[in-house]
Amino acid sequence: MIRYMEEFRSAAGSRALAADIRSLMPKQELAFMEICGGHTLTALKYGLAKLLPEGLSLKSGPGCPVCVTPQRYIDTALALTARPGIVVATFGDMLRVPGTDGSLLEAKARGADIRICLSPLEAVAFAQANPEREVVFLGIGFETTAPTAAAAVIEAEERGLRNFSLLTALKTMPAAMRALLESPTVRIDGFICPGHVTAVAGGRIYEPLADEFHVPCVVSGFEPTDMLRSILMLLRQVREKRGEVENEYTRVVGREGNPAARGVMERVFVPADAVWRGLGNIPGSGLELKVDYTRFDADRRFPVELPPPREYPGCRCGDVMRGTIDPPACPLFARTCRPDNPLGACMVSAEGACGIHYSYRDA
Amino acid sequence: MCLAIPMEVKTIESDKGVVEAGGVTYEVSFRLLPDIVPGDYVIVHAGFAIQKLDQEDAAESIRLFREIEEAEGKAKNE
Repeated sequence: MIRYMEEFRSAAGSRALAADIRSLMPKQELAFMEICGGHTLTALKYGLAKLLPEGLSLKSGPGCPVCVTPQRYIDTALALTARPGIVVATFGDMLRVPGTDGSLLEAKARGADIRICLSPLEAVAFAQANPEREVVFLGIGFETTAPTAAAAVIEAEERGLRNFSLLTALKTMPAAMRALLESPTVRIDGFICPGHVTAVAGGRIYEPLADEFHVPCVVSGFEPTDMLRSILMLLRQVREKRGEVENEYTRVVGREGNPAARGVMERVFVPADAVWRGLGNIPGSGLELKVDYTRFDADRRFPVELPPPREYPGCRCGDVMRGTIDPPACPLFARTCRPDNPLGACMVSAEGACGIHYSYRDA
Repeated sequence: MCLAIPMEVKTIESDKGVVEAGGVTYEVSFRLLPDIVPGDYVIVHAGFAIQKLDQEDAAESIRLFREIEEAEGKAKNE
């Protein structure tokens, strides 16, 4: 095997790229937005901000699946756990997200049957082994995760299961990026595009945005030298007044993405409007089950009545995900809102900007 | 969470198989990435291989990084 990780984490390589970035930095201030929790993690973990010239800032966008999932969805999942016979299966990082009235973790502590899965296929296997239970999988995430949820539905169909369903809050990235570009309060001079969303969906999904808004877009890998190289590519575009889609992560990403994964996703899901925490309703930015698959739709099978959702007073997750403030600017950050007692979604997940800033706040 | 570590495909049986990284093995589905053979490196997400690593391309990126490092080293010595 090539000495892969070591090379992409080389400190000398990072310093050399940072020197190139400084030499290209124009006089005006610039803000580049990364829209993947993995990129936020790399930037903070390796202290990339300290390598960048003054006036060049990185902002975290709506790239953490758990964080963008709206309060009503958490409340729906909580309501389902209270219904007899229902087992809620979920990725682990959903457990501690605060709903209007408690979290899934608190519900689990009170005895609700909630199973943590690393893959949606584990939920399908559990449903098959427990035919007397109704297994509801919490399907959140972006283009990276949507095909895995779709494949689970197909697997359940092939196994003839009638006790597996999906509570979907799956989302697609370009419509959210468009909403940010159209917002008068958000400044974005370039996007560091999410590597694994693009590995599935293909670099071409950003082309309409680059054309229409003349915004530089660079698809980036997840190692520190990847991100610095992507920032350098964005700077070159700014200097040359280009607004194009470029690809730094060529070892994994192509313009077409993964056609097999896209095919599975398109077989099961159809675009729909979706509510994003912090961004509100964005037309066409979500995925819902196609008519042929509505028997796997937990929303239809187990409708719940809910009071209006309520977020923690003073929580500024929405502003963090729009890139209008950095996490430490939230009055709750590190004071009352901490990873051991998260008050907002962005403090919960390993991909959430507030949680990452908290972990590396002295780094 | 996006795991950016490429994993080596060890065995494949119909649409499932075993991948390995750093001595740890995982069972994954290849339903979203057919046409994979043992020895390939893949990106894994939520129990599925979602994309193949182009090893030649990765080697090329590393070569470029080395060039940048060397250029920087020379600039410092001058």
